[in-house]
Amino acid sequence: MKVKALVLSGEGINCDYETALAFSLAGAESKRVHINDLIAGWEKLEEFHIIAFPGGFSFGDHLGAGKALANKIKNAFSQGTKLFDGLKDFIENGRLVIGICNGFQVLVKLGLLPALKAQGNQEVSLFFNDSARFEDRWVKLKVNKTNCVFTRGIERIDLPCRHAEGKFVADRKTINELWKNSLVVMQYADDSYNPSYRYPLNPNGSIDAIAGICDKTGRVFGLMPHPEAFLFFENHPQWTRLRNKFINIDEMPKKGDGQKIFENAVDYIKMHF
Amino acid sequence: MHRIEVCTKPDLKDVIGASLRRSIMEDLGIRPQSIRIIKAFSMDIPFSIKQLESAAKKVFTDPITQICSVNSPLAAGFDFDWLVEIGFKPGVTDNEGRTAKESLEIFTAKKLNGSVFSSTQYLFVGGNREEIELIVEKMLANPLIERWQVFSADEWKLRGKRGLPLPIVIAQKKPKVKEFNLNVSDEKLEALSEMRTLSLTVQELKIFRDYFKNKDVLKKRKKLGLKGNPTDAELECFAQTQSEHCKHKVFNSLIKYTEESRTHKIDGLFKTFIAGATQKIRNSSKNDFCVSVFNDNAGIIAFDENHNLAFKVETHNSPSALDPYGGALTGIVGVNRDILGAGLGAKPIFNTNVLCFGSPFTSEEKIPKTVLHPKRVLKGVRLGIEHGGNRIGIPTVNGTVFFDDSFIVRPLVFCGTCGLMPSIVKGKRSHLKKAMPGDKIVMVGGRIGKDGIHGATFSSMKLAEGSPVSAVQIGAPIVQKRMQDLLLEARDKGLFDSITDNGAGGLSSSVGEMALQSNGAELWLERAPLKYPGLQPWEILLSEAQERMTLAVPPEKLDEFLSLCRERDVEATVIGEFNDSGFFQVKYGKKTVLFLSLDFLHNGLPKMELEAEWSAPNFKEPAIENTTEFTSVLKKMLSHLNVCSKEWIVRQYDHEVLGNTIIKPLMGKYNDGPSDSAVLKVLPDSWQGVVVSNGMNPVFGEIDTYHMAANCIDEAIRNAVASGADPERIALLDNFCWPDPKFDSKKNPDGKKKLGKLVRACRACFDSAIEFGVPFISGKDSLSGDREINGVKHSIKPTLLISAIGLIEDVRFAVSIDAKHPGDLIYVLGVTRNELGGSLFYQMHGAIGKSVPVVNAKKFKKLYTALHKAIMNGLVQSCHDCSEGGLAVALVETAFSGMLGLNVDLSKIPMNGIEEDWQLLFSESAGRFVVTVKKENQNEFEGLLSGNDFALVGETIDSLDLLVLGLSGDAIIEADVIELKNAWQKTLKW
Repeated sequence: MKVKALVLSGEGINCDYETALAFSLAGAESKRVHINDLIAGWEKLEEFHIIAFPGGFSFGDHLGAGKALANKIKNAFSQGTKLFDGLKDFIENGRLVIGICNGFQVLVKLGLLPALKAQGNQEVSLFFNDSARFEDRWVKLKVNKTNCVFTRGIERIDLPCRHAEGKFVADRKTINELWKNSLVVMQYADDSYNPSYRYPLNPNGSIDAIAGICDKTGRVFGLMPHPEAFLFFENHPQWTRLRNKFINIDEMPKKGDGQKIFENAVDYIKMHF
Repeated sequence: MHRIEVCTKPDLKDVIGASLRRSIMEDLGIRPQSIRIIKAFSMDIPFSIKQLESAAKKVFTDPITQICSVNSPLAAGFDFDWLVEIGFKPGVTDNEGRTAKESLEIFTAKKLNGSVFSSTQYLFVGGNREEIELIVEKMLANPLIERWQVFSADEWKLRGKRGLPLPIVIAQKKPKVKEFNLNVSDEKLEALSEMRTLSLTVQELKIFRDYFKNKDVLKKRKKLGLKGNPTDAELECFAQTQSEHCKHKVFNSLIKYTEESRTHKIDGLFKTFIAGATQKIRNSSKNDFCVSVFNDNAGIIAFDENHNLAFKVETHNSPSALDPYGGALTGIVGVNRDILGAGLGAKPIFNTNVLCFGSPFTSEEKIPKTVLHPKRVLKGVRLGIEHGGNRIGIPTVNGTVFFDDSFIVRPLVFCGTCGLMPSIVKGKRSHLKKAMPGDKIVMVGGRIGKDGIHGATFSSMKLAEGSPVSAVQIGAPIVQKRMQDLLLEARDKGLFDSITDNGAGGLSSSVGEMALQSNGAELWLERAPLKYPGLQPWEILLSEAQERMTLAVPPEKLDEFLSLCRERDVEATVIGEFNDSGFFQVKYGKKTVLFLSLDFLHNGLPKMELEAEWSAPNFKEPAIENTTEFTSVLKKMLSHLNVCSKEWIVRQYDHEVLGNTIIKPLMGKYNDGPSDSAVLKVLPDSWQGVVVSNGMNPVFGEIDTYHMAANCIDEAIRNAVASGADPERIALLDNFCWPDPKFDSKKNPDGKKKLGKLVRACRACFDSAIEFGVPFISGKDSLSGDREINGVKHSIKPTLLISAIGLIEDVRFAVSIDAKHPGDLIYVLGVTRNELGGSLFYQMHGAIGKSVPVVNAKKFKKLYTALHKAIMNGLVQSCHDCSEGGLAVALVETAFSGMLGLNVDLSKIPMNGIEEDWQLLFSESAGRFVVTVKKENQNEFEGLLSGNDFALVGETIDSLDLLVLGLSGDAIIEADVIELKNAWQKTLKW
């Protein structure tokens, strides 16, 4: 079967090209779809298995990161029905949603993550980094055992963070609920891949070093770091040092570790549809 | 009027306020106890309070981290001593306000009349009025674009709660066309040129005047209801088209050049030396990869059979001096548009930026009153570049910051962008474009305001309340991003014949230039969408409002194009039609306001004739006291602004969006070493990559601009080769920033000398490009590097930026600068000579010197070719070029980037004329690298390099010690690598 992935574009989404590439390298038929084409009904959500909300600066991050795009998605009508309802049905029908960086911020502000109580109410947020600035910095991540579909078989991963508003915040009760339900998928970590609260290992000051979470189904996943920016071994900032492990370039890994996240998604759809 | 306010919840730390407080303490030494920030959105849109409260909660506020209010000030709930509110002046681009209005429209599902204006309140605890006003003036507000109010807590309670009045533009004038009688005295012509900042000489104005005396012209004009006098639109359009900026009059002038009492004529610096070099190289090249050079918005080279690369670097100096943030931001989005308008349009894949500032540590007293402090300029420009790249999703991958006091009053901001385009689009070669008669003129993107009309010159004029600000422009990245997405989609559907950006001169330039393709155009100004009413026809024609492109759309594709624009939320308007009349005609309603022959408009003025002279300066070598304190000299050098780590700046740029960046700006064991260039893998299914680098050194130009230019070219090429670029496939861009080189006995008495320096630099460009076999593909000049302050003229150092773009066959062989493992062999490639003229070492001794490094391009090319072969055979572990600080700095950077020690015997390096250890360590001779190689590859590496100057000088070691032996065999440097790294990192750690 052909796995179809919709990669949202337009309105200041920036990482749509590389996110679409990630899904096609993983074996999916991926398509960059402008949000207005989705609203106009030129493209139909139900014809896809996966939807990705890529990174970027939707609406320039004015009014807060991801806020204005979430407002658009929540209020848009597509052919008489609410786009947001369509998105909820999409999840209900066993399909997959991933939000990366700005896309994670959108999912959180839409109330699709973590959706502890119900979909549609914002329960957590991604606040200004403690450093109060945008930083492009590779981080080490510990991947926890959860039922997140996207991280199966991954225990640790290095990825770049590139944001100004990525500090995961929520009240203690909500954080406890996340842990209780095993929804904390990824944590910023030190060299031994143990969770770290120290800057710059934890680049933004996230509570409990939380870098990514999923909902209870494990099929909606959001993270601040960028797996689509590590599709090739040569994306890793240490690759000119790591390549010495290999005898020649043909031995070098053909792909980057970020690729696995997209492959997991495609494999899951192949198994379940 | 309604007002929504939003701020961080009282029990959460106001991170941005706290960060601002830190900067205030560091930069101004003022210590407020706390700062809280409130964002306000004021609007003249009718709403019910209930509706607005719902919108405030759902659209404007993050329920987890923020609180909001409607029509009731949040400040009332906080203790504060001072409240400052800052908002924009009328007509200034307000990005947050625009998104707020759009979001309200989405929320209410209807189009709204009126506007939303954003403003910011700062609530200070502590401080006195004087201190608060100083903070506002020095750090928070810019009077050119913003207004503010400062209240004590009591004052605010009495009269501050309403906030700033709305910055609504009040339409002042009815459209009116003025005519000018140019049959007046020379003095009056000169006064007219000055008053309207036309930058035309009396001679040029007379040629313009005489055009209207031609009988044929008069007859045609009469038919259109025009008289024998030019209109304001005609005068302004002609001045703009014939400006230095558009026509590069100096670079095309006839020059009488005198050097050492020998005089000869040069017919065009550009034609002779820049395009001349490219032509010669292309003629003799077997694998010419130039596709389109010099005649488009960017230079275009072939990447592979199916793809081309377009590259352009622009300057945005004056705007950045007035408003550093807005200036740099518009610089970036502006050069992006050059790429979107190169051929049928390329997709931007990376940005570069090179910046020249005064020292950020300059004491306040040394800064003239009307000039912004270099630290403020640096921070503002940096933020503009961050937003320009990050928000549009283009990685900022390469750049330099150079500090010199001559840039205090006139900073330089070079912005570059490279784009990738399929070589064939819808069966057409994508680098060609031609507007056809009958094609519609369509303006796409932002609206027109008074932004940038006559640029900086209006900034000093007093503006009445309610009149829109024209001095500086602020970019709107999201508007441009939408337009970029749309244009690439429309290009791939083949919906337009031609495209160009609206930069300097606005529509007058874009339509005036595209009209040459079809040989005529008619423009309908009344149709152009305006930001606010009240613009005169000539202002609509000349406005430099941002985020606009002009397209030629065939009539049969117009409907499809316009509906695509609507679907993408991009405004597009038909504003005229291309024809083959031979004329540029501009109408406002039924009235013709401009009618000029295209030939006269573009070619009406004769070449400028200029004089230039040059004689070698009488510099001496300084007397250097013999010292053995090299470790402390080295530490000082590593902390020097022109050597130290720029991580604070670079880390805040997204350098890997799009997922292509392979050699990033910061690499090494801890991802913090300074890369020589950036390498990108630009296609998913190809290992071939792009390399980008730059070369610049204004200090060498103090001695001789010839050698400065040669060194810039060598440095750019060498940086690219160090990371893996193929020396056979590199192309160059030149950007000259020079003080005015046009002689004037009163205003510019040393103009001939400045032009002489320009001639020398251009000659070196010719010689070096040909010897390296590396063509120029595009370039730009800005010859207004002067600024008069209180009657004193300040001029920049003549500056040449060379940007190099190269190809690497397989990015998997790319090399970073950091030493990799202990026990690797260290090689120095190239000859070290007694060439410390202009070196950092001499500068630290308060001298310039004489012996500027000399480039031997033929010899260097041979070495670079051999090195490239070694790199592509996988033999090179690390490679770093030697520049400021010479061999000493290059060795230390190699060591600390890899966190290893080095044992080096410098007596072994290839040298010539070296007598002292300090010459050995700190000479800045060109053409040199520090390379590390695995022991097992020694023979193969040396075999490939044989016939070149190189030497094995030592080994990397596991301990973090740097041991360098000098000429006599004694240790001249013994230092701890961590200490050296700290010295390098501490200067700009903000």
